[in-house]
Amino acid sequence: MNTFTRRGALGVAAVVGLARPALAQPRYPARPVQVIVPWGAGGGTDATARIVATLLEREMGQPFNVVNRTGGSGVVGHSAIAQAAPDGYTIGMITVEICMMHWQGLTELKRTSYTPLALMNEDPPGVQVNASSPYRDIKALADAIKASRPGQFKASGTGQGGIWHLALAGWLVAMGLRADHVRWVPSNGAAPAMQDLAAGGVDLVTCSVPEARAIIDAGRARSLAIMAPQRNPQFASVPTLNETLGINYSVGAWRGMAAPLNLPAPIAQQLTAAMQKVWNSQEFKDFMNARGFGMVWGDAEGLAKHMEQTDTTLGTAMRDAGLVRG
Amino acid sequence: MNPILEAFTMVATTEVAIAVLASAVYGMVIGALPGLTATMATALLVPITFYLSPIAAVATIITSSAMAIFSGDIPGCLMRIPGTPASAAYTDEAYAMTRKGEAELALGTSLWFSAVGGIVGTVALMIMAPALAEMALSFSTFEYFWLSLLGLMCATLVARSSPIKAIAAALLGLLVACVGIENPGGVPRFTFGSTDLLGGIEALPALVGVFAVSEIMRALVSPLPPRIPDRKLGSILRGQWGLTRRFQKQMWRGNVIGVLIGALPGAGADIAAWVAYATSKRFSKEPEKFGTGHPEGLVESGAANNSALAGGWVPALLFGIPGDTITAIAIGVLYMKGLNPGPTLFTEKASSMYALYIIFILANVLMIPLGIIMIRLSRHVLKAPRAVAMPLILLLCAVGAFAIGNNPFAIVLVAVFGVIGYMMERNGYPVAALVLGIVMGTMVEQNLVSSLIKSDGEILPFFERPISSGLAALTISALMWPVAVWVIRRLRHAEPAR
Repeated sequence: MNTFTRRGALGVAAVVGLARPALAQPRYPARPVQVIVPWGAGGGTDATARIVATLLEREMGQPFNVVNRTGGSGVVGHSAIAQAAPDGYTIGMITVEICMMHWQGLTELKRTSYTPLALMNEDPPGVQVNASSPYRDIKALADAIKASRPGQFKASGTGQGGIWHLALAGWLVAMGLRADHVRWVPSNGAAPAMQDLAAGGVDLVTCSVPEARAIIDAGRARSLAIMAPQRNPQFASVPTLNETLGINYSVGAWRGMAAPLNLPAPIAQQLTAAMQKVWNSQEFKDFMNARGFGMVWGDAEGLAKHMEQTDTTLGTAMRDAGLVRG
Repeated sequence: MNPILEAFTMVATTEVAIAVLASAVYGMVIGALPGLTATMATALLVPITFYLSPIAAVATIITSSAMAIFSGDIPGCLMRIPGTPASAAYTDEAYAMTRKGEAELALGTSLWFSAVGGIVGTVALMIMAPALAEMALSFSTFEYFWLSLLGLMCATLVARSSPIKAIAAALLGLLVACVGIENPGGVPRFTFGSTDLLGGIEALPALVGVFAVSEIMRALVSPLPPRIPDRKLGSILRGQWGLTRRFQKQMWRGNVIGVLIGALPGAGADIAAWVAYATSKRFSKEPEKFGTGHPEGLVESGAANNSALAGGWVPALLFGIPGDTITAIAIGVLYMKGLNPGPTLFTEKASSMYALYIIFILANVLMIPLGIIMIRLSRHVLKAPRAVAMPLILLLCAVGAFAIGNNPFAIVLVAVFGVIGYMMERNGYPVAALVLGIVMGTMVEQNLVSSLIKSDGEILPFFERPISSGLAALTISALMWPVAVWVIRRLRHAEPAR
């Protein structure tokens, strides 16, 4: 009896001893991973995160659970990702707002608060006008804007200081005008702005082409140009600013995957590799094309570089528009 | 093949049948839980729709949202705790009926007129979608401003208390709506440096707090009420035909209000219910009975919130503009499934459209038997001892609030609004007006400021556009009417005193 117990104890000790190296470096992921989305369920970011999570689950063999942490205009969710333990079991989808909010003094969080993993998508803004607008192309519109008195033209697309407001401001500055030469009418998102455009309430709307797509398809609005380096294959007839006006200005709303700072490099590399497979998969392509979302890839370094660039561009645009605080 | 026949073959598959049935039960349950809304029911379905065929995917959304909007009436009626915001307008009325021992009549009214509203809304969608969409598209911020102001003025109509107290409650709601950065200026207001307050205070935690938590607090301090006689609920549908005939005008008016408000982007089932209830009271021959357990307002607003649901699909299907928060999610699913919104959907994909219509009708018909089962099951809640039911409801409120954004701050909000609601009720301030203030405040401000920016600060454009001037006239006369009545009454009362 006594020996039996001792042998048993020895056996347990041996097992523990053997298990220890395995515990120190378990195969990642050994349990389900939480994917935090700072925006509400049902939106474009949520949908993208969910398809990525579904495909990551197949790639890595563990459930990837999407959790919507909304509130504070995205600040709450973005901080939840940054403040999680850097063990690879909490990652998240970060959006372009991370390069805007800190300029407005809304949060201390910025691009450097994360371990970047991958850039999954970017949607450049288009310039949309009402179908019955006299401006047939972007050049006519640009000339009319230049000739107008400040504040005569009204534009909309999102709230004050939102990404599409900055897109307009940056474009105006690139044309040599003041950032507020066209007056911004804040709206509660792109859909109400497009509706107001159709109702004749504003002169132009800067928002991504997928957001404007249904109204354009319905023949109520036209897209004159997109602010991107290349045309969008989904909307191939819409030219870029560069080829029409010779203005090499591009900005966009992007979505990327990131983890808390100091994520161990092997886990980060494993995640980035899996995300690249996801990005290249047919399911992801089909989904993104169906929604009209722009397919842009960047690995960890690519996302870091992209964020740095966006941060500078938007910081300038926000300073020009008088939105920088603190 | 004939597109209508084709549509029937698309619907008559095992997959669609299972999807409709499962999402119907799911919607019923979610809607009946306080704090979990029809919008949330829809949002949680999105990942499942990835795996479904296009028709089945959209069917789950249509069915679950219709069921949730109806079943939100059940806890409102039995416990004075609205299950979804769309039921808040007439919760007091339905609960008063339950206290009078007419629970089956109140629930039956909700069920019957919800189904009727849903079907009328669908028919309107089928035959008038292009015309309705045209109307929705002609609404600019000027029109929305007047409309939301009109909605805000319903606060004094829906309340049974003095108008002064109703206005005070609505103003408190407006103050709450000021919090956060989601305002036209994009400037943080009243956030006190708190990240959680940055996003503002949503109507839902406030609603759960002032209705549900304050009800629980009242239960804590009040002696056990005389038990509602424990008996089996009578026939749920009996008497509904009589009500339909008696309140036929109200029912149709509710349906029309619902379809019109639903079709307007940004205004959904909850606002439709408020406006319908207020209209019903305003034009009733016996307005003094409102709030005492009178089915008239229930008929009109119960029909309105379900017909608004169908109305919300009009701009969504034709222009990809969400009519409400539910269709905002549905649009994403439509794109994903290759049913891209737009006029071509009605021509090139006509059979799919007909299939959706069939599902709308199917869901609203299915609502009646499932609703009866749900009502019969939930009857037991009334029998449960209060000491057991109340903690459970409190737990549900906390879970529901947390589920909105997985944010524990929402639970704090629910608690705070519970206390506010309790204090208000004790002093005779209507909590419904507070909720209305929160719901409409953002809309009024957003549209006023946007319109002023567009008009370079001029007031005249608010009256220039044809629809806008009509709505302005309506708003101003509604505003002046009580004042005129008050002045006349004052003069009459003054005479005998002399």
